[in-house]
Amino acid sequence: MTARSTSIPAGSPERPETPPGVSLRGASLSYAGKRIFESLDLDLPAGRITCLLGPSGVGKSSLLRYIAGLTGAGSEASVSGRLYFNGEDAAASKVAYLAQQDLLLPWLSVIDNVMLGSRLRGEPPDRQRAADLLIQVGLDSHASERPAKLSGGMRQRAALARTLMEDRPVVLMDEPFSALDAITRFELQELASRLLAGKTTLLVTHDPLEALRIGHRLLLLTGSPASIEAPIDPPGRPLRDLGTAELAAQQADIMARLTVARQRAGCGHMTDTSLEGS
Amino acid sequence: MKLARPLIIFLGLLAAWQLLVSITGVARFILPDPLSVLTALYQRWPELMSHAGVTVTEILLGLFLGTLLGCISALVIAQYRGARLWVMPVLVVSQAIPVFALAPILVLWLGYGLASKVAMATLIIYFPVTVAFYDGLRRTEPGWLDLAQVMGGSRWRTLTRIRIPAALPALASGLRVAASVAPIGAIVGEWVGSSAGLGYLMLHANARLQVDVMFAALLVLAVFAVALYFTIDRSLRLLISWQPDKSL
Repeated sequence: MTARSTSIPAGSPERPETPPGVSLRGASLSYAGKRIFESLDLDLPAGRITCLLGPSGVGKSSLLRYIAGLTGAGSEASVSGRLYFNGEDAAASKVAYLAQQDLLLPWLSVIDNVMLGSRLRGEPPDRQRAADLLIQVGLDSHASERPAKLSGGMRQRAALARTLMEDRPVVLMDEPFSALDAITRFELQELASRLLAGKTTLLVTHDPLEALRIGHRLLLLTGSPASIEAPIDPPGRPLRDLGTAELAAQQADIMARLTVARQRAGCGHMTDTSLEGS
Repeated sequence: MKLARPLIIFLGLLAAWQLLVSITGVARFILPDPLSVLTALYQRWPELMSHAGVTVTEILLGLFLGTLLGCISALVIAQYRGARLWVMPVLVVSQAIPVFALAPILVLWLGYGLASKVAMATLIIYFPVTVAFYDGLRRTEPGWLDLAQVMGGSRWRTLTRIRIPAALPALASGLRVAASVAPIGAIVGEWVGSSAGLGYLMLHANARLQVDVMFAALLVLAVFAVALYFTIDRSLRLLISWQPDKSL
């Protein structure tokens, strides 16, 4: 299949020319007295997919939730740091969020789920655009069905359509494909890579292969409190062919680094999984 | 087969009842045989129906008011932390008072008419409805709330678009309990003081040793209570068709 470089959904005339890069400066988060990360700096290049890897429990999801503005509400969390979008102080309304679970509402049809955001903001929903997005994710024939009728892969496609419907320049995805079988995951990676073109994306994943396939840049989050290692920029452009010896070597290298990081964390990774989204 | 099973159970119970009366030779004013109950049902049909009308009105009004008040309370408790801290203990402690013990007071305050029985039925279903709905509102999938927050949904729309629909299955189980206990409230209210209704008719017949009439009234009440439960259960399942659990 061809990876189209542009896939601007119909009906979104005012797509910004260049999406903002996201910068995080001096971010600290502790939860119930445990420091997840401290004075952390993070840069997401504009219009690119950045994949965040790390051993489970290290705080990948927490970091993503931090950027999404989802850490402030908890009474036990203490948060500090600054978030910039293109150098400006961040407005949370620039972000769309896709979690590991599809989070489709079971009482709404697929297309109503896609339009959930506008309903929640009290805006008139753009049904035409929602229908177009469903065509793009291949669910147009299921638009009026309830999510319970869909397979896991189809549900995650619907969730992807809902995320794109928001038309936010920054997309945060928390292990969105990890619950899917290998082939479905492979298809969805391609679909996501195509549809997210031009958006600044942070994809949290535990799968180095997935990161190498669709990420422009890979970041490793390790240690406790967690810090980010030097970025990895694999050669070529996504979607990469995973058959090459170079990527295989790179995958082995990442696996080795993750294993070391996990061993260094000792038994710690077993206990502090509470903040990782299931 | 679906209809045959309840019918066989029903006829079996009737046969066992008849057998029990025949074998033990128990006095008619203790346990009448099924046939005399059916005769009483037939002969006093108009009277039974007019009393049933009163009781049914009490039950339905109580269900309506109790559900309405219960839902409002649950929403207020769920939305406002202050309300939760102050109202929840009062609610729980109030449940320690048996509602039946309040019946004489309600009759004293609200009179022998409809109002005291409606109040009884309302009181008895208020708590199960409130607790069930509140529980449902409290247990909204956290991921949905995260999603709503990132989408920039207002607190009010998150409530109406996500939390309330998500709590409907829990509210439905509260309503099922309500449907099965509401008749108890109405009947107890009638026993304590009334001039009409099936509960009144039963006391009245009891005083005259018309045990067959008592049983006939009981039968009418049972049929109505069962019909009410299944109507509500059915409607709820149709309304909440997306709920995956079909076991109930």
